[in-house]
Amino acid sequence: MVFARDPLRQAMLASIYGLVLGLLFFAWQAPDVALSQTVVGAVALPLMILLALAKMRGGEE
Amino acid sequence: MSDRVRMGVFAVTGVGLLAFLLWGLAGLPDFGTYRGPYGDILNRIAVPERSATDVVTAVNFDYRAFDTLGEEFILFAAVVGVTSILRAMRGERTRAPDDEAAGRRVPETSLAVRVIGLGLGPPTLLIGIYIVAHGHQTPGGGFQGGVILATALLLTYLSADYATMRRVGPTWLSELAEGMGAAGFALVGVAGLVAGGAFFENFLGKGTPGELLSAGTILASNFAVGLAVTGGFALMLSEFLQQTLTRRRGRGRRPRARRT
Repeated sequence: MVFARDPLRQAMLASIYGLVLGLLFFAWQAPDVALSQTVVGAVALPLMILLALAKMRGGEE
Repeated sequence: MSDRVRMGVFAVTGVGLLAFLLWGLAGLPDFGTYRGPYGDILNRIAVPERSATDVVTAVNFDYRAFDTLGEEFILFAAVVGVTSILRAMRGERTRAPDDEAAGRRVPETSLAVRVIGLGLGPPTLLIGIYIVAHGHQTPGGGFQGGVILATALLLTYLSADYATMRRVGPTWLSELAEGMGAAGFALVGVAGLVAGGAFFENFLGKGTPGELLSAGTILASNFAVGLAVTGGFALMLSEFLQQTLTRRRGRGRRPRARRT
């Protein structure tokens, strides 16, 4: 993530990290936390970043 | 600060951080050992006492429901903050969002996205409702289910357009769900205070473990939080999209004529 300079790529990577962390939680028998992590880390957070990015790029034009 | 000095500072602090990290890791308890008494006690009493087979939810919405109330209002405050910031900016313009304007100019959505969004929408809705409703039995609960439900709304946007999303989940409905859910959760706590003598006392009938209608107030709290989280995320989503679409102009082709 440090090496990805494009915010769009960073958002995608954050999503993948969120998903992997969710799978790790699941593998270590914490399904409740796994669900929270998956929905927030892999879906909600990157989504907010993407929307904010779209907003900023829209403003530049 | 020159590059040399910067690297020097990084080297010193990096080594220090690594040392502290290793020191901390060495002191961790072995994998699978648990030292505190509360987890074992809760594992023993949660099912007979509260009829909740998912002990995590029993802790979240009953034993430590006060903490969850705080978290719920953190989310509430965040949504209110985001919404008020975005709305103040919207007032500066008079143009309607592209998707709602008469002569529409919208970037076209690919057919693959539309079809996948259409196919995923209903199952997502169902999974969301299931996770909210079975929070006291299986992993999940109001929060996780609520976010999933809001994602279903996003799929409406992806597979159709912004105007359709607004028809399915209008702002007033999201606001209502957010407010009613948060207030409902707090009221469950107050009802416990009135009926049972303590804030968030589980005063309703507990039922049989494993049945849908069981675990007393845990079920009610789950639904309230599910409502609040769905409303909150849906509201944030539509405000963000509104902003994005309002500012985006002059890009994309005119959409094909829509058959109604």
